[in-house]
Amino acid sequence: MIFGRSERGKPPVEPVTLKILVAGGFGVGKTTLVGAVSEIRPLRTEELLTEAGRPVDDTTGVERKHTTTVAMDFGRITLREDLVLYLFGTPGQERFWFMWDELSEGALGAVVLADTRRLEDCFAAVDYFERRSIPFLVGVNCFEGSARYPAEAVRRALDLDADVPVVLCDARDRESVKEVLIGVVQHAMAHAAGRRGALTS
Amino acid sequence: MSADGQGSSHWFDDEAGPVVRPYAMTRGRTTSPGQHRLDLIAVVVTEPQAQNPEADPTLAPEHVEIVGLCRQAPQSVAELAAELDLPIGVVRVLIGDLVHAELVHVTRPVPPAELPDESILRDVINGLRAL
Repeated sequence: MIFGRSERGKPPVEPVTLKILVAGGFGVGKTTLVGAVSEIRPLRTEELLTEAGRPVDDTTGVERKHTTTVAMDFGRITLREDLVLYLFGTPGQERFWFMWDELSEGALGAVVLADTRRLEDCFAAVDYFERRSIPFLVGVNCFEGSARYPAEAVRRALDLDADVPVVLCDARDRESVKEVLIGVVQHAMAHAAGRRGALTS
Repeated sequence: MSADGQGSSHWFDDEAGPVVRPYAMTRGRTTSPGQHRLDLIAVVVTEPQAQNPEADPTLAPEHVEIVGLCRQAPQSVAELAAELDLPIGVVRVLIGDLVHAELVHVTRPVPPAELPDESILRDVINGLRAL
């Protein structure tokens, strides 16, 4: 989708952009999932943070201030010339959650990627999206060597609401990831319809 | 700065380094006039009249690069940050400058807390199926 200078005179198409978040614990396969469907190699975008020493009112704290980088990997899927979907992997560490607020603003929905060997790693993400009423789906990444559990067992273990979809997936497999993303959008539609219904009844 | 002679070495330590360099491009500014909070997926589009930004002495090379990249194809804030290898905060300031100078405009993504039209969501599902 490159518009060369030869096309001067014709204004470039300004696409509608949408985003879906990919959350989950460290090493669960977030970037792998993004890479499986992205038309670009997952890109990394960074933000610098300054962490002032604590306590804040300690003036010597300035000398101890240091910076950290929060990295987010993201990918892009051009669905149509005028419709582009971005996938953002959320930073794993909990102390970077303020970045999640920015990321989740205006997001269509989210995938919480789970590994059954370390299910507790995704508790925090589930909590986060539940509290903010952001539609999400749990994708159980079926790693080789991890026991397969039925989706219902995962739902119980995570104490999910009945309407939250749980799907088994393979984060490396394009078709599998496509299904996961379609599931997120369908769930977001149902979620929106439910809300509208609640408002009008 | 402290008077004991330690001040300058603190300032130049490795940890301070990355803070200084990227924001030097923005002349230390962390916000820009007329800068709305730019979403990561807000799309930057070069204005047709921005023909020769290189000739503008007020623009940094990074400004010129953004104008050039977004002339070829509109790009999101996140993509520009990755392409220029700059922190998002820095890119936001640079884009704000360019909006102010009317060299680019920024399309606003769907407002937060509002889902896009159901028809758009259907298009997304169909688009994903067709991949």
